[in-house]
Amino acid sequence: MPKLLKDQQISNDDFQVLLQAPEEPILPEGHVLLHISSIDHAIKANGRHNGQVGIWFDSADEPETVANTLHQFEVIAINFPKFIDGRGYSLARLLRERLDYPGDIRAIGDILVDQIYYLRRCGFSSFRLREDQNPDHALAALQTFSADYQATADKLSPVYRLRHQL
Amino acid sequence: MYKYDNYDQQMVDERVLQFRDQTRRFLAGELPEDEFLPLRLQNGLYVQRFAPMLRIAIPYGMVSSRQMRKLAYIARRYDKGYVHFTTRQNLQLNWPRLEEVPEILEELASVQMHAIQTSGNCIRNTTTDQFAGVAYDEIIDPRPWCEIIRQWSTFHPEFAYLPRKFKIAVCGSEQDRAATQVHDIGIHAFLNENNDVRFKILAGGGLGRTPMVGSIIKPSLEPEHLLSYLDAVLRVYNRYGRRDNKYKARIKILIKALTPAVFSKKVEQEWSYLKETEAKLTQQEIDRVQSFFSEPDYPELTNINLTDLALSSESDFQWWLRRNVHPHKKPGFSAVTLTLKATADAPGDASAEQLEAISDLADEFSFGELRVSHEQNLIFADVPQRRLHELWLNLKPLNLATPNQGLLTDMICCPGGDFCALANARSIPLAENIQRRFDDIDFLHDIGELDLNISGCMNACGHHHVGHIGILGVDRKGEEYYQVQVGGASGHDASLGKILGPSFKMDEIPDVIDKILKTYIELRTPEERFIDTCRRVGIQPFKERVYAKAA
Ligand code: HEM
Ligand code: SF4
Repeated sequence: MPKLLKDQQISNDDFQVLLQAPEEPILPEGHVLLHISSIDHAIKANGRHNGQVGIWFDSADEPETVANTLHQFEVIAINFPKFIDGRGYSLARLLRERLDYPGDIRAIGDILVDQIYYLRRCGFSSFRLREDQNPDHALAALQTFSADYQATADKLSPVYRLRHQL
Repeated sequence: MYKYDNYDQQMVDERVLQFRDQTRRFLAGELPEDEFLPLRLQNGLYVQRFAPMLRIAIPYGMVSSRQMRKLAYIARRYDKGYVHFTTRQNLQLNWPRLEEVPEILEELASVQMHAIQTSGNCIRNTTTDQFAGVAYDEIIDPRPWCEIIRQWSTFHPEFAYLPRKFKIAVCGSEQDRAATQVHDIGIHAFLNENNDVRFKILAGGGLGRTPMVGSIIKPSLEPEHLLSYLDAVLRVYNRYGRRDNKYKARIKILIKALTPAVFSKKVEQEWSYLKETEAKLTQQEIDRVQSFFSEPDYPELTNINLTDLALSSESDFQWWLRRNVHPHKKPGFSAVTLTLKATADAPGDASAEQLEAISDLADEFSFGELRVSHEQNLIFADVPQRRLHELWLNLKPLNLATPNQGLLTDMICCPGGDFCALANARSIPLAENIQRRFDDIDFLHDIGELDLNISGCMNACGHHHVGHIGILGVDRKGEEYYQVQVGGASGHDASLGKILGPSFKMDEIPDVIDKILKTYIELRTPEERFIDTCRRVGIQPFKERVYAKAA
């Protein structure tokens, strides 16, 4: 099972990511993430399924289009098809800051431990580690920098405010 | 000059640690090449033809003598004893060892320097006018705004993996000396009718395969919204820029596809959500940053008549006064350009010895500070006019008093085939051929202002599209050839040059340039600069002359 970094801890990620819309009404056992194109299905299954149901976005998907329904899910994942595809960073900030999504935002797909610090700053709260990524490095990466220049989704005060103690 | 506080210092120090660990993992085989690549690029590290190449940032072109001495030390200790100044207010080391790069970064951090985001698909080092703060035609000093942008763009978590690299340039003068129109974002600071600072934002300029001049996407922006607006532009680009094709991934392609009006509307919409958030700049922070760029303690001086000074002196000094000494906003002061374009030295190169000597002179003549220009030259920004002759006497033995600023031989030139793995042709020997052919200073001065820009391939590092004369290295069946364009310019009246016709061999180029210059001399009206004549007559007369069959 893939490793999950969440709340400064490593555990197993027991969510199954379903790539395609499943044939209604059967979902596999346990926690599942359905693609945003199956959101109606996910809404219906939410609460009735024997595990948690969340949704996932691919990097080109637009969360704005489903803004009203997102709060019903406790987990939203954003997929990185390639680690150099930076769209997911913007999507996470949109979810956190514009759409005020309060739940868990999970980075899935091709992410490197070297990216975790920036991902967290953009609002990601959990990280599904690639098989070959070292969980200890992932944990350490959260501490890469002790101060930040920008105001982003992690709500830590940026340096330009700290300087003036606002 | 900006001084790091504890926060700034801590962050560059932590960056060194981060990169040290990444390099270690790469060398230990724990981090594959293709995954190390974007990480090393964001630390300025390329892998080049013969060795790695390390690009060091000189934020908005300002460097202190102390920093310059450190650069000299690094060049000697970790490289072959010289450095290369680029068209982007950066400096390149051509022969560092990969294993030693973390050490070099640590040395840099000790003098408040770094190589952060000097490469890679992220927001690059922000550039500006080399005369910022002292220019006679300045409306707003762009440097505090550049520093504010530097901080915002440094480790910006959302924009480290953009579709492509992203370059911002700022200008606050009547003349644009920062080529803002050929940047991804160009920012023009101005005063509105109430004398309040405002920014005009251009986007979508750039050179390379598809050269374009930027379009205005926001005619007037309040300063406190600068960063939130930039966030909005970058977010629209990050989400909608093309990622399927590297050559179509720059923001210019997106803006062209959408039209500037539609792009600007998308940005406005994005910005409406961002402008009143924490991204809004506070006046306190603007004041704090501005305080680092207040005027130095200028003594009260009066202007000296430089024409008289010139007339009474040796002719070399006269030429130098005319070309390399520039008007200054303070009475009794001048700015001085050291062109790194002495014949036979690769354009933009400086040796460790030169850098050390320049640092000493900066301490003595110019408040211990220097500037780097996008023409690959160095500038003393604050020289008392009564000491110009003394400075010149000091520069001459260093081979740093070549009186050719802005002339044909002060060319912009990329490293080309001698260093760069992407080159189609060499450019350094071509530059030297041209300098040797046109070594008559009277002739050069008669021709006057002329930007000659040379690139070794269509990536356009040498800005050939915006040279009054632009030369591009091309590959014809495995042989080096050179295509010639005329009519480009990079100021507020930016334009892209037009190709004259079929390309030439390297040894034909000096003759071709000679024909172009003769055509200009015949056609010009008194007072008309080369570029003005080009614009008036078009390329046809040049073309006819250059390709005329020998009679
Ligand atoms: C030796 C190593 C170098 C490499 C591998 C390199 C690589 C590149 C590449 C791939 C591009 C293409 C950009 C595009 O498609 O948009 C580019 C553009 C550029 N490079 Fe370099 N370059 C090098 C050195 C330099 C130097 C020495 C300078 C300055 C003298 C420079 C300044 C620039 C500039 C100004 C552009 C313009 C691109 C634009 O505005 O669109 N580069 N470089
Ligand atoms: S223009 Fe081409 S040859 Fe010259 S430095 Fe750039 S990439 Fe290399």
